[in-house]
Amino acid sequence: MLEIRDLHATVEGKEILRGIDLAVKVGEVHAIMGPNGSGKSTLAQVLAGHPAYVVTKGEVLYQGKNLLELQPEERAQRGIFLAFQYPVEIPGVSNSYFLKAALNAVRKAQGLEELDAIDFLELVKDKVKLVELPEALLHRPVNEGFSGGEKKRNEIFQLAVLEPRLAILDETDSGLDIDALRIVSQGVNRLRRPGNSVLVVTHYQRLLNYIVPDCVHVLVNGRIVRSGSKELALELEEKGYDGIADEGDETVAEAAQGEARVV
Amino acid sequence: MRQGQDAMDDATNASSIPVMMDDRDGSSDDVIEDRVQQEYQWGWSTEIEADLAPKGLNENIVRFISEKKGEPEFMLQWRLKAYRHWLTMREPSWANVKYPPIDYQDAYYYAAPKKKAELQSLDEVDPELIRTFDKLGIPLEEQKVLAGVAVDAVFDSVSVATTFKSKLAEMGVVFGSFSEAVHNHPDLIRKYLGTVVPYTDNFFAALNSAVFSDGSFCYVPKGVRCPMELSTYFRINAQNTGQFERTLIVADEGAYVSYLEGCTAPMRDENQLHAAVVELVAMDNAEIKYSTVQNWYPGDKDGKGGIYNFVTKRGACRGVNSKISWTQVETGSAITWKYPGCILQGDNSVGEFYSVALTNNWQQADTGTKMIHLGKNTRSTIVSKGISAGQGQNTYRGLVQMMKGATNARNFTQCDSMLIGDKCGAHTFPYIEVRNSTAQAEHEASTSKIGEDQIFYCKQRGIGLEDAVSMIVNGFCKEVFRELPMEFAVEAQKLLGVSLEGSVG
Ligand SMILES: Nc1ncnc2c1ncn2[C@@H]1O[C@H](COP(=O)(O)OP(=O)(O)OP(=O)(O)O)[C@@H](O)[C@H]1O
Ligand SMILES: [Mg+2]
Repeated sequence: MLEIRDLHATVEGKEILRGIDLAVKVGEVHAIMGPNGSGKSTLAQVLAGHPAYVVTKGEVLYQGKNLLELQPEERAQRGIFLAFQYPVEIPGVSNSYFLKAALNAVRKAQGLEELDAIDFLELVKDKVKLVELPEALLHRPVNEGFSGGEKKRNEIFQLAVLEPRLAILDETDSGLDIDALRIVSQGVNRLRRPGNSVLVVTHYQRLLNYIVPDCVHVLVNGRIVRSGSKELALELEEKGYDGIADEGDETVAEAAQGEARVV
Repeated sequence: MRQGQDAMDDATNASSIPVMMDDRDGSSDDVIEDRVQQEYQWGWSTEIEADLAPKGLNENIVRFISEKKGEPEFMLQWRLKAYRHWLTMREPSWANVKYPPIDYQDAYYYAAPKKKAELQSLDEVDPELIRTFDKLGIPLEEQKVLAGVAVDAVFDSVSVATTFKSKLAEMGVVFGSFSEAVHNHPDLIRKYLGTVVPYTDNFFAALNSAVFSDGSFCYVPKGVRCPMELSTYFRINAQNTGQFERTLIVADEGAYVSYLEGCTAPMRDENQLHAAVVELVAMDNAEIKYSTVQNWYPGDKDGKGGIYNFVTKRGACRGVNSKISWTQVETGSAITWKYPGCILQGDNSVGEFYSVALTNNWQQADTGTKMIHLGKNTRSTIVSKGISAGQGQNTYRGLVQMMKGATNARNFTQCDSMLIGDKCGAHTFPYIEVRNSTAQAEHEASTSKIGEDQIFYCKQRGIGLEDAVSMIVNGFCKEVFRELPMEFAVEAQKLLGVSLEGSVG
């Protein structure tokens, strides 16, 4: 599904990603953990194609093709979905209008028929239930005045409607109350299909109790310093990033001292 | 986009009305060129039927226009007074716009399209006009007429098609061309003409009063709610012909009318002056809603050509509880100079101004409103959305005046600007004068850049750049579009999309 090789990326001239290697197979769920500022969101943005992030080296293959040469909307149309850490507000554009435009843009690009208002409403009704999104949010402008938790839930609602092949969740769990966390995770789980993959960025092992990963990676200072099974998340929770660093990997130690703080 | 096509059409048009061709047209068609020279030598004194006054402006031209239209003496005298007053005036220079000096003697002041046989149906309207509407998704005859809109299509200053007139006449509504009204209802014209915008008002209003060729007139009698949206399309067709439309709308006691004015113009090389005057009068308990979508030719990407749109629009809320509401979407013209205002004279009267002004490439807009509160408990609302892209300059200029008698008057002004790119500009000049201590004016303003993050968010969901920009800008303008009649709102949204093409990327 996704193969990242020696990926380097800068933002405003500053190198943030310093050689990432990562492979996510079809149907797998991978978790990325790591201290604040280590580059997790940067990686997510690079994959989605944000213009502020410049790839300086390396390559990314998505479904066997060069991802980096595609426009952000082309990536989305081919099934990449990013649930943003900080979802953006679009005043005056209703949430449902926006989503219908998005869904139809994706469908059109995939050669599917566009949905009319009635079919769309039908579809939305189901998905609203799935993530228990208050219906009023459908008719309000995109994310405008939404609470932090509502914004996150709205991201998962969009994910549910767009049904991507590769979902990247950037700290979707932060700011959610316990119930919301369960609901959102259930939402994600229900969309797990053999053909779909998920990349979850999180600080908390708790989320991984709900969305169980096949693989956990620790990103420190722009590099993946350790990868392992879901138990790695538990270990991290116990020892912190410093603790992981203590286990002999010098780069980690350096990096952790420079940038990491335990969360 | 359609430059080549238009140039050809112009050449064809010109051959049927030879004098209208100007030697600066740049047409390579020697035959036509020759004919132009010939016709030009003959001049109008021997060829008065050419339906085109010679270039320049003097009393004779004013008389020519009035005579051409078979006007009663009072009209001629009014025009002449206006002309003489104009001679004493200077072109205003306070607006935040730049353009080379206009040579008023180097323009034509009267041109009528060659009369064809009477039009039997709207199918006979210029196909070029229809094509322009098609591009915006609004076939004139189908969408407007079928939607119950009476269409009074005006181009080249003379009305060529009017529908639904008989239905309106049954209700006592007078709606048609201004010239017709001068003949059929001189009493109404005499009573109201120039009472809201006197010819002394400003330089362009004086010029218009002297030489206006046609426009629309509407009178809605006491207690009548006009059952359909009245609509007029304007179009500038004759090259280098200043356009001077005049519109007068009167809603008598308890009457209601909604009027739509839409403008499109084909590609032009020459700057063209457009100085219209619109007067609205609302008596006791009457309401007038006036909506405009203005899309005159804005000039090319390098700022060449384009219409100068210097318009005076004003409404008088004369009666108690009367209401006048202006909604405008300004996307066209090289330069827009326009301040639709309300004189809130009747107690409890209400004035509203909702505006979207978009400037792209080298367009300049200096627009806003004037709300003059005279009566008690008068209220006004101003919502202005300015969008600047390319090298566009967008200025909001608003005057809110609360006079001595305006006890408990209220104004709310909201003025938002959006910048697309970093070579454009937005400027806000609110003037507030309060002379009654119980009156209050409130002003809010904001300026934002279209967010890279907003665009990226849309793209990440699969929406392409142009659709994303159009969506974000339309969202920004939502409060104004909400005020437009439904089908007009759709048209306006498309127009914003079309006008912004290529502005980001
Ligand atoms: N647009 C930007 N402009 C400037 N610096 C940026 C930008 N985006 C990211 N950075 C910097 O890059 C580094 C990595 O940021 P990133 O958001 O990827 O961290 P993160 O791992 O997601 O952290 P967190 O856990 O706090 O979300 C930080 O030092 C951040 O300040
Ligand atoms: Mg982050």
